[in-house]
Amino acid sequence: MNPIKKLFDNIHPYVEEGGKFHAFRSLVDGFETFAFVPNTTSRVGSVNIHDAIDSKRIMSFVVIALLPALLFGMFNVGYQNALACGGDMTDYVGMFLYGLLAVLPKIIVSYVVGLGIEFVVAQWKNEEIQEGYLVSGIIIPMIVPVTCPLWMLAVAVAFSVILAKEIFGGTGMNIFNPALIARAFLFFSYPTAMTGDATVWVAQDTIFGLGYKATDAYTAATPLGEAAVAGFQGFTPETIQDAVIGLVPGCIGETSVIAIALGGLLLLYTGIASWKIMLSVFVGGAATGYLMQALGLTEIQWYEQLVLGGFAFGAVFMATDPVTSCRTECGKYVYGLLIGFIAVLVRVLNPGYPEGMMLAILLLNLFASLIDYCFVQSNINMRAKRVSKK
Amino acid sequence: MAKVIKLRKGLDVNLKGKATKETATVNCPGEYALVPDDFTGVKPKVVCKEGDVVKAGDALFVDKLHPEVKFVSPVSGTVSLVERGDRRKLLSIRVKADGKQEAREFDTKGDVKTLMLESGLFAFLRQRPYDVVANPEDAPKAIFVSAFNSMPLSQDFEYVLEGQEAEFQAGLSALAKLAKVYLGVSAKQTAKALTEAKDCEVNIFDGPAPAGNVGVQINHVSPINKGEVVWTLGAEEVIFLGRLMKTGKVDFTRTIALAGSEVKAPKYYKVKVGQKLTTLLDGTINAEGARIISGNVMTGLKTTAEGFLGAHATEVNVIPEGDHADEMLGWIMPRFNTFSTHRSYFSWLFGKKKEYVFDARIKGGERHMIMSGEYDKVFPMDIYAGYLVKAIIAGDIDRQEALGIYEVAPEDFAIAEFVDSSKLELQRIVREGLDILRKENA
Repeated sequence: MNPIKKLFDNIHPYVEEGGKFHAFRSLVDGFETFAFVPNTTSRVGSVNIHDAIDSKRIMSFVVIALLPALLFGMFNVGYQNALACGGDMTDYVGMFLYGLLAVLPKIIVSYVVGLGIEFVVAQWKNEEIQEGYLVSGIIIPMIVPVTCPLWMLAVAVAFSVILAKEIFGGTGMNIFNPALIARAFLFFSYPTAMTGDATVWVAQDTIFGLGYKATDAYTAATPLGEAAVAGFQGFTPETIQDAVIGLVPGCIGETSVIAIALGGLLLLYTGIASWKIMLSVFVGGAATGYLMQALGLTEIQWYEQLVLGGFAFGAVFMATDPVTSCRTECGKYVYGLLIGFIAVLVRVLNPGYPEGMMLAILLLNLFASLIDYCFVQSNINMRAKRVSKK
Repeated sequence: MAKVIKLRKGLDVNLKGKATKETATVNCPGEYALVPDDFTGVKPKVVCKEGDVVKAGDALFVDKLHPEVKFVSPVSGTVSLVERGDRRKLLSIRVKADGKQEAREFDTKGDVKTLMLESGLFAFLRQRPYDVVANPEDAPKAIFVSAFNSMPLSQDFEYVLEGQEAEFQAGLSALAKLAKVYLGVSAKQTAKALTEAKDCEVNIFDGPAPAGNVGVQINHVSPINKGEVVWTLGAEEVIFLGRLMKTGKVDFTRTIALAGSEVKAPKYYKVKVGQKLTTLLDGTINAEGARIISGNVMTGLKTTAEGFLGAHATEVNVIPEGDHADEMLGWIMPRFNTFSTHRSYFSWLFGKKKEYVFDARIKGGERHMIMSGEYDKVFPMDIYAGYLVKAIIAGDIDRQEALGIYEVAPEDFAIAEFVDSSKLELQRIVREGLDILRKENA
């Protein structure tokens, strides 16, 4: 017999009902279902065979899709630090290691706090651990500035997991995307740490001797932040090129369009993310961006709207969250178009917030069920009409 | 020329162990059982005693609410056991066959409905809504018969039909006296007895499973509205009716497919409804760690080698149980030999020809509905399957009605349940929803 299986079999009596360590049942159960595909077979009266796909596999693939953006984000953290402090711009390994050390604590805090709550809730409700937080837990560190303090992150994670997810009943029942709720919580509770005076986007201190320390407080705005300042004349092609590659200040994971595109391709290929949503977010954003620029409301070109800030990251990883987006196939187009539209609208017309993606997605999360309602209602009306015709 | 209806949604799963087209006989096992649970929605009232001598066609129990609906013995012999469970629930009535197969004579000249009620054939009719045994007081708007089963490892009705074409036609003609009959035929079936059947409207369905489900066919031909009733009858049961019309005797002999990866030589067998499976399975399957399913692998019920063939079962499928598989790190391993519709696995690379061995594992934990559109891809009706399931879980009856619950049966959700990444027991949910709805509307 497999030694790991044997280990779990030995632990079982302790964590079962009445066992000494019953409080850890959900924890052991969570690890065991990751180590082995559950041997539970289908009950009488249900389908006897099942497809091998389960939510663990799906969530794991989303995490894999996020990795290119995360790894590039780590590199960019080091790159921005070196750029700000006049460091050695050829030491790529050093830059990455610096970024790794800057980002890793955030990921650990996010997972420890978030999964900790998940384990407790699962134990309390006597259910299995839900995998949904595996994805949220890695997205949250990717959509905050690198200087965000760990305690803030911990508070935001706890807030979003409890109030945005668990009180609704857990993964699959939530109305809002938990990762975005965490970000919105930080954004409105600690605005200086999230946008503030533009010192937040670049790490300015050494970590374990790596990286560089800025002599004066260095300010570096995100490209969108620059565009919001009066007298803006439009981006140079270099800025846009940097934004596509990802070498601009911004939230950790959102800067590189190329890395996000790699993840997006995996999500589309596996069918986990809906291409309808992804495409229509970009179409909606491009169309609105074109309109705004044609009307003379902004100097930002339509294609620049798509590559700057959190637009690409939001379109690929956040808008396509199957739980909080529209569930009807036609509704997905409407949902995506409106996200693109509102994101650019907020960017252009609201002087307070240079970035609009987070608010657009959260708003549409709220309206997703309304959009679905319209399409489901048309099916219901069709059926009702059939009756009245007779 | 019959109308061809193309269906795009659905899924054909290629399982190992399909039955070859040859028929064998099995020794009579001596014992038969009629299980009331096979006839959904019936409150059984026993009308025989242990020790009674019965002929094939004599009633064993009737429906308490409609005593004219009789459930008859498939063989002649002695009632050996009236098996009851908790709260005296009737589990089964066993008949020890005498081997003579004496059958009661029925008068086939009179009213078809009376004849069907008397001979126990009416009990095989099911009705939509609710997917329960039909109510003889209803006037159905139509009777639907599906001449094919599109589920994996299912019986090939065209093969079963060979040599019984006249009986099949006689059955259809008899049914036509009750209501308009629609026959659903697969695009792959070419037998004249099907495509040119008389006294019925033939529709040809071209598409993957569950195209053979009668519910799907109803939805595309003449959808059920609130207040309407449609009856359905299995294709082989039409042959039962035809035999009765021709001979005046009931003969519940089926040609079932014994199929599945644990069957040594999958093929067809002639058996009777309610037959004990012992002689059928003895020596023909690898019994160690096997799951024996009375009925189809998608919709059938798990049973044992000591169990009995279900009343509506047209096949017996045997697959590995798999409860000791201990597969490691399934969430990330490539799992090349595992079938999935999902692109995070690689089974799509191997094409549709590769045959897969499935065990009975659920292969994941039950979650809330997470992914969207999974059900709709394999649910070829103009119904929002996910929303309907949610309405059933929420117990919202008005919404269930509005979303079309009257048109569905649990079996229509079988493929959706197979592909569901949240591993919800859709067939059970739908069955319970229909039961509650029926009680509320009664």
